[in-house]
Amino acid sequence: MKENQIHQLYFDNVDRPVRSINRRNFIKKLGGGLIIVFSLSSFAFKSRSEDDHDKRSDEELDLNAYLRIKEDGTVDCYTGKIEMGQGVITSLAQVLAEELEIPMNTINMVMGDTELCPYDAGTWGSLTTRFFDPLLRAAAAEAKAELLKLASIQLQCAESELMNKDGFIVSKTDAKRKVSYAELTKGQKIVKTISAPPKLKKAEDFKTIGKPIISTDAIKKVTGQAVYTSDIQLPGMLYAYLKRPPAHGAGLKSLDVSRAQSIPGVTIINEDGLVAALHNDPLIAEEAMVKMKAEWDIPEAKADTISIFEHILQTADSSRTTEEKGNVAAGLQEAENIVEANYLDGYKAHASIETHAATAKFEGDKLVMWASTQTPFGTREAVADALNIPLEKVHIKQIFIGGGFGGKIYNQQAIECAKLARLTGKPVQVAWSRQEEFMYDWFRPAAVVKVKAGVQNNGRLSAWNFDIYCAGPRGTQDFYNIPNVKTQVFNGKNVHPFATGAWRAPGNNTTTFARESHIDVVADSLGMDPLEFRLLNIEDPKIRKTLQLAKETFGYTAAKTGANRGCGIAIGADAGTIVVLVAEVEVNPETGVVRPLRMVCAQDMGQVVNPHGAIVQTEGGLTMGLGYALYEDIEFTGGAVETQNFDTYDIAKFAVTPPIECVFVDDMNAPPQGGGEPAIITVGGAIANAVYHACGARVNQMPITPQRILEALA
Amino acid sequence: MEQISFSLNNKTVKVEANPNDILLWVLRTKLGLTGTKYGCGIGFCGSCTILVDGEAMRSCGMAVSEVAGRQVTTIEGLAIGDKLHPVQESFVMHDAQQCGYCTPGMIMNAVGLLNNNPNPSREEIIEGMNENLCRCGSYRRITDAVESAAKQMNGGSNK
Ligand code: FES
Ligand code: FES
Repeated sequence: MKENQIHQLYFDNVDRPVRSINRRNFIKKLGGGLIIVFSLSSFAFKSRSEDDHDKRSDEELDLNAYLRIKEDGTVDCYTGKIEMGQGVITSLAQVLAEELEIPMNTINMVMGDTELCPYDAGTWGSLTTRFFDPLLRAAAAEAKAELLKLASIQLQCAESELMNKDGFIVSKTDAKRKVSYAELTKGQKIVKTISAPPKLKKAEDFKTIGKPIISTDAIKKVTGQAVYTSDIQLPGMLYAYLKRPPAHGAGLKSLDVSRAQSIPGVTIINEDGLVAALHNDPLIAEEAMVKMKAEWDIPEAKADTISIFEHILQTADSSRTTEEKGNVAAGLQEAENIVEANYLDGYKAHASIETHAATAKFEGDKLVMWASTQTPFGTREAVADALNIPLEKVHIKQIFIGGGFGGKIYNQQAIECAKLARLTGKPVQVAWSRQEEFMYDWFRPAAVVKVKAGVQNNGRLSAWNFDIYCAGPRGTQDFYNIPNVKTQVFNGKNVHPFATGAWRAPGNNTTTFARESHIDVVADSLGMDPLEFRLLNIEDPKIRKTLQLAKETFGYTAAKTGANRGCGIAIGADAGTIVVLVAEVEVNPETGVVRPLRMVCAQDMGQVVNPHGAIVQTEGGLTMGLGYALYEDIEFTGGAVETQNFDTYDIAKFAVTPPIECVFVDDMNAPPQGGGEPAIITVGGAIANAVYHACGARVNQMPITPQRILEALA
Repeated sequence: MEQISFSLNNKTVKVEANPNDILLWVLRTKLGLTGTKYGCGIGFCGSCTILVDGEAMRSCGMAVSEVAGRQVTTIEGLAIGDKLHPVQESFVMHDAQQCGYCTPGMIMNAVGLLNNNPNPSREEIIEGMNENLCRCGSYRRITDAVESAAKQMNGGSNK
């Protein structure tokens, strides 16, 4: 790969490096044209991710993205957000094309490059569509208005007589009177901010949004031209293989590198905890790593796959109440029936097909790096800290990312790579093996949810006590109109034997599974239909409407749908979106094997900006969700992660993915909500309930394995 | 080290390698074709799928010497100039890729499948693709894409 190719990876049009730290400087360094700068805080679209970063100056936070109509008429949009398969690179460009009335192929999205793009805390939490879309539209509208103003002077024609069309401003009465955006911005440098709140265009007026479009991205992906971090090959680059301990918390007792060192061309590094073999042939580097002999002190295991739940209940020593309504103790006392159960969920891996990777080189005293990360700016900071160099000396570049799901928020591989690049003085690539990926993942935590519900004979829920151990409260706000509710979250510092972190809709997969399973159990205890029971208790008109839509689309009449067949319902709320899933399964009573037959998912995500994109994301989430509901479980003994590859970690595959139907309560007057995460949270509960109605097995632990089903039936 | 020669995307290549070197890494590093991806290294994900004499194989489990004298096709060799292979085109039309990392392996596996069975039923497609993993959950779109590519390659007629 040639030097200039490397510089131009992913986008060809990235010409003007600018710094993001200071707004004034930032704008000064931008090239000519019409520039609209804008921020998430413009219209109180303030997000949690920003609060987390309050140490940053207001000035920096104040600029989250900008749009530049260049002097050649093409449009650059710069944002610190990243594309990792969720499709925002296309949907954001669509929004721009739509609002600016320009062809898609004149738009250049530049994302997540720490020198070209303004600061961004990270891409997660389904925030991109939710917060970014309306702003981008407002920015585009601002640009359009400015262009109209310029054109009216140039064409000597009132603004009301003009319209935008395909990159031109054209007279409404005389199509020959027109001027292109390029001509208008030539020699100009106009910097503007958004002055009016976003006005959303109506769906019937959409030209670009909602149409399946062929992105340049797609062509690169199907031809193998899309470059991911581990595809970069720099001149003189060394591939690094790190010697890993057999368990988390293990200490290095002794190391013998003599056999590794005798391999010609191998560089061995053993410094401040970093033990690595490097070579310009990855196969030789790996061989050398294997030949290093290490002995380890392994700490005593405190928990394993089976005992972890007991361990969690015993070691979680901090608690906080996240919701309290009425008096739950009194409510339970007065209840005519009490139903109690514990729900368990094991550790899950993110298991992106692309493992963590980083490629880095020093240019003088400056580190240039590509990293498969959801947080390019966080990575820059972590790397600068690790090397003890100023932020300005680290540049994280834009690159394709092979899936994230919350697993690429953390940056260990980038730090390893940066250190090795400095220690060896050569360009270095660290690309984790699948085994390393399983070992160093920040797993979705194992969790326990204890539920105690009070219900009257007429089916009205009267009390709800929800104790969540090791999963967060996201999405647990009561929507069943229960008068007495108490939700508590319990945690502890030393609960988990390895790192845990955010996994697509953090916490909400576990708690939605627990709540929706329990709602079914309560309905069943009164002999009520699970759908009717939900309608009886839910007043929120939006949720009722979404539930009705799911019911009609599925054609629901009863939870039992045939011999060994049943369907299950789960309702969830996440990132402002309401999800109702109806899943139908068939269970083989001899083997306990579950065959998903059909999924119908209804969502209220406010205005659906990009229906096609929303469907793709929903299908993806539901498919991924089948994995955690039915198969995925990390096996371990203490800090030793025994699940090391896909031979023992089953994710959803072709054959188990049923037909999926997605429908939306399309509320054109509501702001758009998150689409990347919500649907997945309902899969566990819907499948658990479907399994119960199919065969009578109530399984309170995910994954819902054949063995657990057979045990429940016995 | 030995010199091993084979046809790669219709051109003869000679590569200096140990006969036991894993084909995936020879393709990616020695021959610079990085479209073929590593996902698991043990034959369980399919990201590394290539064609050997028209048949889909997993390059992470093959020694480079196994392809000596044979015809190897990688994702880079599927399109002819700017003209995409019907399967590639169909993937684009069906939005069958999200992050795109599994995509080259999916496409190569699908092409191999259609080489063996030009007129597969939907069930045969699912069965033939089942050992390729996609964490983004694009399975249904991929199945649709392969189904319609098959139709197109058969001149629009599909039983
Ligand atoms: S890398 Fe070859 S099958 Fe996974
Ligand atoms: S598209 Fe991301 S793994 Fe398949």
